[in-house]
Amino acid sequence: MEDQILKLVNRLVYLFFFILLLPVFYFYGPLLFEKNEATVDDIELVESTENAEIENAELTLEKGTIDPENGLIVDDNYKLVEQNCSACHSLKLVTQNRATEEGWKEIIVWMQETQKLWDLGENEPKIITYLGKNYAPNKKGRRQNLKNIEWYEL
Amino acid sequence: MFVRFFWEYCEFYHFFKIIINYFSKKFSPIFMKKNNINRKEFITKSGLTIAAAIIGSKIVFGENLPKDMEPVAVEENSFEGAIPGKSKELIILNDKPWNGETPPHLLDPKITPADLLFVRNNGIPPTKVDPKTWTITIEGESAKTTKTYTIDELKSKFKHYSYQLTLECGGNGRGEFNPSAKGNQWGLGAIGCPKWTGVRLKDVLNDVGIKSDAVYIGYYGKDTHLSGDPKKVVISRGVPIKKALEDEALIAWSMNDADIPEMNGFPLRVVFGGWPASTSGKWLSKIVIRNKVHDGPKMEGYSYRVPKNPVAPGTKVAEKDMKIIEVMPVKSIITFPKTGAMVKGSKSFEVRGHAWAGDLYVKEMHVSIDFGVTWKKCELDAALNKNAWQQWRTRVSLPIDGYYEVWARATDSEGRMQPMVVPGWNPKGYLNNACHRVAVKRH
Repeated sequence: MEDQILKLVNRLVYLFFFILLLPVFYFYGPLLFEKNEATVDDIELVESTENAEIENAELTLEKGTIDPENGLIVDDNYKLVEQNCSACHSLKLVTQNRATEEGWKEIIVWMQETQKLWDLGENEPKIITYLGKNYAPNKKGRRQNLKNIEWYEL
Repeated sequence: MFVRFFWEYCEFYHFFKIIINYFSKKFSPIFMKKNNINRKEFITKSGLTIAAAIIGSKIVFGENLPKDMEPVAVEENSFEGAIPGKSKELIILNDKPWNGETPPHLLDPKITPADLLFVRNNGIPPTKVDPKTWTITIEGESAKTTKTYTIDELKSKFKHYSYQLTLECGGNGRGEFNPSAKGNQWGLGAIGCPKWTGVRLKDVLNDVGIKSDAVYIGYYGKDTHLSGDPKKVVISRGVPIKKALEDEALIAWSMNDADIPEMNGFPLRVVFGGWPASTSGKWLSKIVIRNKVHDGPKMEGYSYRVPKNPVAPGTKVAEKDMKIIEVMPVKSIITFPKTGAMVKGSKSFEVRGHAWAGDLYVKEMHVSIDFGVTWKKCELDAALNKNAWQQWRTRVSLPIDGYYEVWARATDSEGRMQPMVVPGWNPKGYLNNACHRVAVKRH
């Protein structure tokens, strides 16, 4: 008897919450599906095709401009840099540094040896080429002219 | 029972909200989009498993990413706003982990305000810190015993001391090295000199007992590694026992008479003024007394090391030819006027700032308005205590209309001066103590 009452209450409570949820689905449902039909199940599929998609993806922004979403210079394979580098640290750490391809390779090896960066596999040469080209060393001399001066009346 | 169902509903609703948040962001095949879900919201009992699944697939592109990682990618990662607890004026160099420096003109106060002290994090600071239950353990090969103290026990058992201690990042000024050194490209502002309050490290070490073979101490903190591996130590550095036993070496719980800011080590840290700030461990939980040079992460390799012998810019230096940076070199900053000042006619104006010299004192301070041709001696205050920066000031006027730079040069008590160009190149870009320059114009 007690069990049955419990079950009944159980069901009533679930029903109650289900009804509570309906307006939520009503308002947020479209948001969930409008841009994309993706569901949690689809994520795996996306994941497995990601690398291929990224390689073949046409750049929607003009090369040489800055992608406002990630601060990187738009060029071939720049999305690979976003994915692999921003998993652990800010992309600001990429964009403020300058090195040759050899130098970037050393940085990657250091991160693999000490910071748990994974094996980049076939993406590694693509990433290094991108970085060596777009974030190449600039010659600064022993002391640069003062920059970014905002003049004001003292 | 009802409560339980309600709780389940809450959890479900919570998860649902996360999903909506996630998908309502601009969807892209690349699952690396920054999102607005903050970490605390995400890491809840209900959401964790599924969230981890989603975030896991966000991170993985190489299928090579280790499976045992926490979803660090949900770390709040917004460029907007300020570093938690810090002024919006801080220049953010890195938002994961947080690294930000202070524009020099904001370092004008003698005692650096809490919201203006730079942040140099290597990992993720601990959340949910409770100072009441926080403990520090002293152990190690050269400790006579092992002891653990709560902060209250430190406060009641040992005498309190306050010192104004200079903390400067070893890489302050890195941005000027040529060829570039990797890492955060610090400008001038990874420096500050707040007032620290705590107990002398030596009093605590002596309470535990130091064996005669002690060489070094090393710290461990409660920050966590960016890779999400909970077992990986972020950074564990230290100082020779001699420095650790100095009067001004503190285990501090207070900065400027308030709690230490969360990004600067709340609730407890060590402070060694005048040495690379990385020796002053934050979120302090353990100190080891070592019978050899401490070998924690970032003590070895190229971290906080410079070549034993001077090298030409860009030289590859073998690891065995590197040495640990100990004391920081003499340096100064101009905190007034801010660069870009325009002055009418020959009206004189004050130039002032701070100077510091590692474990030494600043003996003399000079400024030049003619690119180093002539130098004018400044009025210079004594340090409040060892390892505190010193204040200096002078008045200058500009002879004819035109563009000038005010250069500042400190001389330490052993006669060493700041160089006018960037000093000796080193692979990781440490110890740039070149003269600070500000632009001024007469019109």
